[in-house]
Amino acid sequence: MGALFSLAAVLLLSLVAYVGVELIGMRSFFGIVIPYVAVLTIIVGVVYRVITWGKSPVPFAISTSCGQQKSLPWINQSKLDNPSTTSGVIGRMALEILLFRSLFRNNTSELREGRLAYSSGKWLWLAALAFHWTFLIVLIRHMRFFANPSPAFVSALESLDGFLQIGAPRLFLTGAILLVAVSYLLYRRLAVRTVRYISLAADYFPLFLIIAIATTGILMRYFIKVDIVSVKELTMGLIGFSPVIPEGIGVIFYIHVFLVSTLFVYFPFSKLVHAGGVFLSPTRNLANDSRMKRHINPWNYPVKLHPYEEYEDDFREKMENAGIPVEIPSAKAPAAAESESGNETNDAEIPVGEE
Amino acid sequence: MAKKPTPEELSKINYSLPYTGWMYNPVEFKDGMFCNASKPESLNTVDFPNARKWSVKDEDWNLPENWKEIVLEAMKERLEKYRSFRLFMDICVRCGACADKCHFFLGTGDPKNMPVLRAELIRSVYRRYFTKSGQMLGNLAGGRELTLDVLKEWWYYFYQCSECRRCSVFCPYGIDQAEITMIGREILNLLGLNIEWIAGPVANCFMKGNHLGLEPHTIKSNFEFMIDDIEEITGVKVDPSFNRKGAEVLFVAPSGDMFGDPGTYTCMGYMMLFHEIGLDYTWSTYASEGGNFGFFTSNEMAKRLNSKIYAEAQRLGVKWIIGGECGHMWRVMHQYMDTWNGPADFLEVPVSPITGTKFENAGSTKMIHIAEFTADLIKHGKLNLDPSRNDHLKVTFHDSCNTSRGMGILDEPRYVIKNVCNNFHEMPEDTIREKTFCCGSGSGLNASENMELRLRGGFPRANAVKHVQQHHGVNMLANICAIDRAALPPLMNYWVPGVDVAGMHELVANALVMKGEKERTQDMRLEDLPEKEGAEDV
Repeated sequence: MGALFSLAAVLLLSLVAYVGVELIGMRSFFGIVIPYVAVLTIIVGVVYRVITWGKSPVPFAISTSCGQQKSLPWINQSKLDNPSTTSGVIGRMALEILLFRSLFRNNTSELREGRLAYSSGKWLWLAALAFHWTFLIVLIRHMRFFANPSPAFVSALESLDGFLQIGAPRLFLTGAILLVAVSYLLYRRLAVRTVRYISLAADYFPLFLIIAIATTGILMRYFIKVDIVSVKELTMGLIGFSPVIPEGIGVIFYIHVFLVSTLFVYFPFSKLVHAGGVFLSPTRNLANDSRMKRHINPWNYPVKLHPYEEYEDDFREKMENAGIPVEIPSAKAPAAAESESGNETNDAEIPVGEE
Repeated sequence: MAKKPTPEELSKINYSLPYTGWMYNPVEFKDGMFCNASKPESLNTVDFPNARKWSVKDEDWNLPENWKEIVLEAMKERLEKYRSFRLFMDICVRCGACADKCHFFLGTGDPKNMPVLRAELIRSVYRRYFTKSGQMLGNLAGGRELTLDVLKEWWYYFYQCSECRRCSVFCPYGIDQAEITMIGREILNLLGLNIEWIAGPVANCFMKGNHLGLEPHTIKSNFEFMIDDIEEITGVKVDPSFNRKGAEVLFVAPSGDMFGDPGTYTCMGYMMLFHEIGLDYTWSTYASEGGNFGFFTSNEMAKRLNSKIYAEAQRLGVKWIIGGECGHMWRVMHQYMDTWNGPADFLEVPVSPITGTKFENAGSTKMIHIAEFTADLIKHGKLNLDPSRNDHLKVTFHDSCNTSRGMGILDEPRYVIKNVCNNFHEMPEDTIREKTFCCGSGSGLNASENMELRLRGGFPRANAVKHVQQHHGVNMLANICAIDRAALPPLMNYWVPGVDVAGMHELVANALVMKGEKERTQDMRLEDLPEKEGAEDV
């Protein structure tokens, strides 16, 4: 249901761009207004999301320790999976963000004749890593549309990406890998029963959207070619805040741009914000040093206690009879000894923690 | 549990999924899968709201008129107080990596026990009421109305999560279902929706100092039994003190160790060790609980119970604290205590009086784990050990959830065990250390009415034990957790008969050669040591 709905939504979006540009001729709207709105939305939206997260404090040091702690000097600490220092945390976060460390742990379990068996489950990790990295490279490659001349590192990246030297224009490997990886992620979502069961429309929509973006991009580069000089004229106009709409850019370009804009607009309001959120995840970005350094909870407040004095009042005679030392012997505290039913009587409000 | 299924039946787990989406399948309360409702007197003792008599299977849960408002307001408050909560509501991509990492899902096949779906139970409400897309698009954006059915579903599944954090190890964003469950339970508690197995111990601990409700004189007399047993086994009379001012060290253990087998054997081990090295230490009857069932209730309740430890350390004027073998206790001591009730600047950084080792890793809390303490003693050759006295045991080690994933104390206990036992075998790699499986009874779920849940939840752990039983003849499951010592014996009896359960310091006690001891013919369980019969001719 969610999958069909999302597919339909993406097709509809493509159709909107097609109709808008090809039939109604709203080139400026789809080529200028929409991209500006989209870029503004993703920037403001992501900043807003990060600020919202940032406004909520981290009251406790809840690092998830995924290896040996730092304790005795002769015990080998797992410095990256259970870091106790800032540099360790940076290392852990780098592994997490650049290499998807936690996903790399993934395994699959299977019940066979009453026995659970675990085996390696790295496909998700591989596809996710391939998808994210190629997406990033493709994004960087697009910088050639926004700088004149194209920056040297972008050109270098392009020649690396096209090293196979297949076809003209040369095949960019990343585009192909991106499409394959994202298709696998979609396939997995549909084929793995548990994953299909948990999936919402919001999980299929970005997949279909990215598949459509990659497809239109690839079509445009290799098959339904558009006038690249005009495209660059348009993109340079956008970046220089003097937008123009050159003649003769094929409609597929506008569809591509509209889908990318949709992704940008959708990004801050959806699960796609995980890209920013992962940096703030307190189980990963805190050092496991909570016995070495006191972690401060900004909203720590005094709570109602049952102090020792009341406990002794409740049990004084029993303690004395058992030979357990007391603060105030019952001979000297007749009043206290009488209040036998100490339960729920006088729990004093004693602030602790905040001096 | 009249119709208890056989292990063969129970291990045929049905992983098939319903055709209808999870939002459209209302919760079904299955016998044996949930704990009894909290009693009003337990809630009243700690001034918790909506204390009343209620029963889980009642249609009407007797909630306050404005329960929905209370829940939404509580969610809002916690979104503002916990970055974890807000972030974990926002960034899940439902990749499903966590799905089959949960022992409750592996053991029940119930899709709502997949961590991701357990989180979606509350996340769907978050989306509906706290995000623009959910407010506008509702169901389409994955949002759903907060109804009584939804609330009941929360209750059922948040008390089917043992807060073990295994999912958070595998999550690419570190989303921790334990955190979500804890906040979910905290919200439920605002409506008086606790379980008695938690609420009772919390009330006991608040008034009497420990979960079991042992009063000071009872603690003392329990210890006298243990002291007699130690004397019978070793010929040495240990002499622990209680509430003694001026001792160097306060020792805090889970109260389960003072009461029932096999915890008491571990407790005897603590006493023998401290006696042997001549440690100047005291127990406290006021701070007689290392564990903290308040932690399974609300942040505030956990802090209220935890406060006793520093308060008592200050009153008695000790220099530092050692904590016994307990799982969630150590998550609390390691990650929460100092934040709640510190700074403990009236204490000193722990220094072992025997080895001189300064425990810099506890420089702020001033509290160390007994496994750290004992490992250091052994490393410095301060203990006279005869591991052959554990030769009748083939041992494996169960990492507790909290000590492994909320602290990382993995190699200290292994070092100790390998020094006191000659036969040690690890369980498969996917089931130990940070990937360890819960006993199935953590976070206050070790009641008896939910035994089927516990047996199912413990199935992956038991499975791994069975593996080493078959391959290496393992007959002893060692651990450093009081809930393990209570929960694993029935689990082993059911799934892996022939495997016993022991705390680490029971094994230490077996091997510890004490000054002036008689020749040992019995282990800590007063069972004859096989090779000692007529073995004088060595």
